[in-house]
Amino acid sequence: MMNIKNIHAKIGEKAILKGLNLELEKGKIHVIMGPNGSGKSTLSKAIVGHYDVDVTEGEILYKGQNILETTPEERALSGIFLSFQNPVEIPGVNNTYFLRTALNEKEKNEGKKETNAAQFLKLMRQHVEQLGMKPDMISRALNDGFSGGEKKRNEILQMEILQPDVIILDEIDSGLDIDALKAVSEGINRMKNGERTFLVITHYSRILDYIHPDYIHVLQDGQIIKTGGPELVKTLEAEGYQAIKKDL
Amino acid sequence: MSQNNVDKILAQDYKLGFTVDVESDTAPPGLNDDVLRFISLKKDEPAWMTDLRIIALHKWEKMKEPHWAKLHYTPIDYQSISYFSAPKKAPDSLDEVDEKILEAYTKLGIPLEEQKMLQGIAIDAVFDSVSVKTTYSETLKDKGIIFCSISEAMRDYPELVKEYMFSVVPMSDNYFAALNSAVFTDGTFVYIPKGVRCPMELSTYFRINAKNTGQFERTLIIAEEGSYVSYNEGCSAPQRDENQLHAAVVELIAKKDAEIKYSTIQNWYPGDEEGKGGIYNFVTKRGLCAGENSKISWTQVETGSSITWKYPSCILKGDNSVGEFYSVAVTSRMQQADTGTKMIHLGKNTRSTIISKGISAMKGQNSYRGLVKVGPNATGARNFSQCDSLLIGSQCGAHTFPYLESHNAESQIEHEATTSKISDEQLFYLRQRGISEENAVSMIVHGFCKEVFAQLPMEFAVEAKELLNLTLEGSVG
Repeated sequence: MMNIKNIHAKIGEKAILKGLNLELEKGKIHVIMGPNGSGKSTLSKAIVGHYDVDVTEGEILYKGQNILETTPEERALSGIFLSFQNPVEIPGVNNTYFLRTALNEKEKNEGKKETNAAQFLKLMRQHVEQLGMKPDMISRALNDGFSGGEKKRNEILQMEILQPDVIILDEIDSGLDIDALKAVSEGINRMKNGERTFLVITHYSRILDYIHPDYIHVLQDGQIIKTGGPELVKTLEAEGYQAIKKDL
Repeated sequence: MSQNNVDKILAQDYKLGFTVDVESDTAPPGLNDDVLRFISLKKDEPAWMTDLRIIALHKWEKMKEPHWAKLHYTPIDYQSISYFSAPKKAPDSLDEVDEKILEAYTKLGIPLEEQKMLQGIAIDAVFDSVSVKTTYSETLKDKGIIFCSISEAMRDYPELVKEYMFSVVPMSDNYFAALNSAVFTDGTFVYIPKGVRCPMELSTYFRINAKNTGQFERTLIIAEEGSYVSYNEGCSAPQRDENQLHAAVVELIAKKDAEIKYSTIQNWYPGDEEGKGGIYNFVTKRGLCAGENSKISWTQVETGSSITWKYPSCILKGDNSVGEFYSVAVTSRMQQADTGTKMIHLGKNTRSTIISKGISAMKGQNSYRGLVKVGPNATGARNFSQCDSLLIGSQCGAHTFPYLESHNAESQIEHEATTSKISDEQLFYLRQRGISEENAVSMIVHGFCKEVFAQLPMEFAVEAKELLNLTLEGSVG
């Protein structure tokens, strides 16, 4: 689905990713774990083309092209979605209007008929309810004054409406109470269809009890140092990242 | 990367910068009594008007150009300007309007005929100094509404003009108003009789076309007791290297229970990236809420001009009268705007609302300057002001100068101000959802302005949004 090859990336002058290789399989849930500062968020930013990250070497192959040569919006339209760790607030921009514009852009890009305002409102209401969000999410400004949990649910709402092919979840579980964690996990599980690929970046194993990953990758010092099945989480829990490093 | 994009898009051509080759009758540059006589003669004015012009000129000659605004510009040489330019063929009806002028209006997107008729908008178009066509005036006449050029009004309704002109903005009110009083060349006159609700939007389009001319229009709107009118004006000018002067005066009078809604979309040529060319826009607009329960509402979307000096004001004289000011002012390139309002509360329980949205991009400088004054008799007066500034990029500036003056303890003034910046993170967020950089900026800017756009009549709101897109598309910080 996506092949990340030998990525070297800097933020400012600091080298963060140092020859990272990772192949994401179609329909699978990949989890990336690793200590603070290991490069997890930098990896997600490199994939979506964030302006902070300067990729100096390597390629990311997806749908037959090296996406490093494309703009962030082109990557988004080709089906790559990032759930942001800290979604930014955009006052004045209505949540519903924003999301319909995004959906219409995708539909236009795929040559499909654009969802009109009435149809969209119905769709939006349905998803807002499903995610246990307050109905006023429909009329509020994008992330403006949202609580941490509301912001995360709003990311999942966008994911469910935009129906992307590759979904990167950057610490979707941080700062969530148990109800929110459940709602978010259910949203992710609804999206699983054997085709979609997930890249889940997390510090904690608790979300993994809900979403059942296929692969666990350990990222340290800018490289994937170990890959395994779900059982690897148990080892990490018991022994920490240092133990894995020692094993190598 | 994004900053480059911004600059590229911001630097795109001024879409209305064409000139039309029409043979015109132009006064030689310079300003003296003879030029005023020439204007009066050309406009076939009554003698009393010629005399008033000369009085105004003599007052102006004793005045000094004001420099208290936060504006920097090369001095204006008032003797090098031509104060009158008219297309040679004097039009009486649409059939007689020069085809090239009609073509110009079509280019501007102002179809004078059927289209506006269908939309139910009556339109007066002022091309350089002459009003070329007033549509729909016959239909309006049935209701007793007068909608014509100010020149026609002087001939056909001299009593009304004599009574109300200079009654809200006196001749020597300020330097530019005095200049206008001497040389004003056309403009619109509206009279709504008692109890009549004007059934359609009234609209004027101003266009400066000829070279080295100024435009000095004068608009006068009178709403009699219990009447209502919504009036819109739009403006544009060709792209030229030299600066052109625009000094207009607008006077509104709302009697008891009357309401006037005045909307402006100002898109004069803003000058280029180096600040070359562009319109100097020095405008005096003032409304008098003369009667009880009267209401005057100003809505402006200012995207053009290299210099804007403009403070549409309300004098709230009648008890319970209401004044409103909704403004979006955009400065990009090297544009400078010093704009705001004055709300003068004289009557009891008068209320005013000020919503000002300033947007600055590239090297634009945007100042809000507003006065809220509560007189000793204005018991129960209330004002609410909100001034928000949005910065795009790091070379622009936003400034707020509120002046609050209360002489009555039983009144209430509230002022709120915010300054924000479009962040890279906001733009990136929207782009990650598949929205282009240009659309992302426009989405944020429109969100910022929506309280003001909500005040505009539908078609004008659409025009304002498009204009804003043209002016700002892709601007990033």
